[in-house]
Amino acid sequence: MQIPLSYNLRNLIVRRTATMMTALSMALTVAVLLAALALVDGLRSAFRSSGDPLNLLVLRKGSSSELGSAMSEETFRNMSFKDGIARDGENPMVSLEMITAVTLPKPESANGQAVTLRGLLPVGIRLRAVSLKEGRWFRAGQRELVVGRAVARRCPAAHVGEWVPIGTSQWQVVGIMDAGASAINSEIFADLNQASSYFNRRDQYNSVLLRASDARSLSQLIESLNNDQRLNVTAQTEKSYYDSQSASGAPLEHLGVLVALIMSIGSAFAAMNTMYAAVARRSREIGTLRVLGFSRASILLSFLIESLLLASLGGVIGCLLVLPLNYVTTAVGNFSTMTETAFRFHVGPVVVGIGILFSWLMGGAGGLFPARNAARKQILTALREN
Amino acid sequence: MLQLWSLIVAGIVRNPRRSLLTVASVALSLCLLGVLAAAYRSLFFQPESDPAEALRIVTHHQVSITQPMPVSFLPKIRAMPGVRDSMIWQWFGGTYKDTRDPRNFFARFAVEPERFFRIKPEVELPQDQKAAFENTRSSCIVGKSLAERFQWKIGDRITLVGDIFPVTAELKIVGVYSSPDENENLYFDYEYLRQLLIAAGQSSRADAVGVFLTAADSAVDVDPIAAAIDKEFEDSPAPTKSESERMWQLSFVSFLGNLKLFLLSISGALTFTILLVSGNTISMSVRERTREVGILKTLGFAPPMILVMFMGETMLMSIAGGVVGLLLGSALAAAVRHSDSAFAALRLGITADVASFVMVIAAVIGALSSFIPARHAARIQILDSLRYSG
Repeated sequence: MQIPLSYNLRNLIVRRTATMMTALSMALTVAVLLAALALVDGLRSAFRSSGDPLNLLVLRKGSSSELGSAMSEETFRNMSFKDGIARDGENPMVSLEMITAVTLPKPESANGQAVTLRGLLPVGIRLRAVSLKEGRWFRAGQRELVVGRAVARRCPAAHVGEWVPIGTSQWQVVGIMDAGASAINSEIFADLNQASSYFNRRDQYNSVLLRASDARSLSQLIESLNNDQRLNVTAQTEKSYYDSQSASGAPLEHLGVLVALIMSIGSAFAAMNTMYAAVARRSREIGTLRVLGFSRASILLSFLIESLLLASLGGVIGCLLVLPLNYVTTAVGNFSTMTETAFRFHVGPVVVGIGILFSWLMGGAGGLFPARNAARKQILTALREN
Repeated sequence: MLQLWSLIVAGIVRNPRRSLLTVASVALSLCLLGVLAAAYRSLFFQPESDPAEALRIVTHHQVSITQPMPVSFLPKIRAMPGVRDSMIWQWFGGTYKDTRDPRNFFARFAVEPERFFRIKPEVELPQDQKAAFENTRSSCIVGKSLAERFQWKIGDRITLVGDIFPVTAELKIVGVYSSPDENENLYFDYEYLRQLLIAAGQSSRADAVGVFLTAADSAVDVDPIAAAIDKEFEDSPAPTKSESERMWQLSFVSFLGNLKLFLLSISGALTFTILLVSGNTISMSVRERTREVGILKTLGFAPPMILVMFMGETMLMSIAGGVVGLLLGSALAAAVRHSDSAFAALRLGITADVASFVMVIAAVIGALSSFIPARHAARIQILDSLRYSG
């Protein structure tokens, strides 16, 4: 026979101060863990939504990042003749691109903000799901910039009509682009020829982005590019490239998870204290329950359930505490581009689920010994205790 | 007074399990708080720096470190007053074996061997290995932890396939160095890289480098020299940005994200947790000892005495938690310092100011969390308390 749940609930309510204090301390632990997980989840979804499934990113063989890759105009031209490339009218959808990190002035930091500047051809814009939010696209041959909306938000200097200093000269911001949740919002686009001559990078481009005409030709195209000795390149889907980039959130994730794990031991101790006090206070009740015929096992289970209920309360409060993070934008640096990517925290069902499970883990660890202690009580001594 | 002390101690010993759990819980939180405070200190206050490092200045292109500067800047920097020496510090990148295994990643720099030991005197290497490094063009030296990781010995040959640079470097290990702050890098001769680039038809890149590392004669000269370098090249095609080596390293750590907010919010959560845990313990204790308080009052103990007794009990426990926490924190800080995580560069340590900060927090939390329960106990009416059954 099992002791009814309402018995546990009533006890938690009677000792509401202790219940709330213990639950809150668990809630804070859960919140720290979830904040770290939500950060990584947000970063991952920013990168996951960057990239069309049919797009291929081509880097020099052996390079793992765009910045560490080199591409010449000749390689680019040879690549354009491959079969299976989608066409935009007459022209193949292949974009030769260069990237470099530039520093934009930012009021709150003396070192400014490091941003990726991408030089590309008009086809490069059509290859991406990006639209203008304000202003117009850059013109060929002009020192003009179109900034992502995350860049515009973080750097007051990056607004339509403004001139921003890059190196020794001024570039004009002519548009703000919006790419949904994608990492492109943290980039600046400019004309390829203008950028490569300004940064002394004639024929030192970084990558090629191209689109396969359909899913079937995609894998053939990858194979044909990878096996072409003359080209000496590695092709991968744009999506898989961006997936690997989300590793840049790892240091903050590890910090958050480590802190949360250590905190959770402390919280389990706090739960243990509360549960031991509950057992001690209800010694006579435990004796009575035993006299009424409840077994040791059901007493053990009852106290364990009470601890789990307490922990669930903490878990739920912890999840509620981190929910507002969904509206918070933050940025982390990426060592393979030397620039920052802005994104929103994402507290999704998975993150919430982990939070509840984590609270149960603390509740279980904290409740086990006190519950065993309760179950082991001798009826007579328990009844006599005060 | 002695009586009060023995009452406080008796209160703690009364329920040893609870006191131990409370101290342990508070200690874990304070341990984290100490480590986070140490991180905050190195990031936003006076950064720790060793004597050789305090003399060094890093110069890179103002636009970003990915933009190169002409090598011709070097003689101009070396000629500046107060400059001991200056050299090329070129990130090579490249890949060693299979890049998919993150263990194969380590930093590789092309430097000028004969100036290297003058600018980085803390790098220790036997004299004969030093000479071999200076005299053999395709030689390299590696840190002792790096050598252990790959079980490299002097004389081994390794191949680095370039990515930023379209060349393949075939290097022979001629020395294994040890230094107080890092033992994880590989250094080789810039001249070798230059020759490879020229052979690959990339001579325009051979004379363009990413970073200059300059050593000043004295630490007070560092900021003026940094300013003078930037002034000198202000109107050149490659305007520069110079800063002390320590600031440069910390800028990489801050690059990981908004650490200030992250550290402050975790510390806030931790402080509040400690407040809850110790407050909960003392309020449970007060409740259970209602009758005892009544008896103490009957014996003539005045309410302020009772207040001090309960507050003292909590403060003593949180101070004990602070001491244990600081010990744990020092171990944790040392573990982070010796880890290969990005946070190792913070050189975390529980310094005297961090330790006193943690102890003050511990005492304040002890007082704050116990005030209300203790006041409640002090106000207990004798008759009510003796009737109280728990």
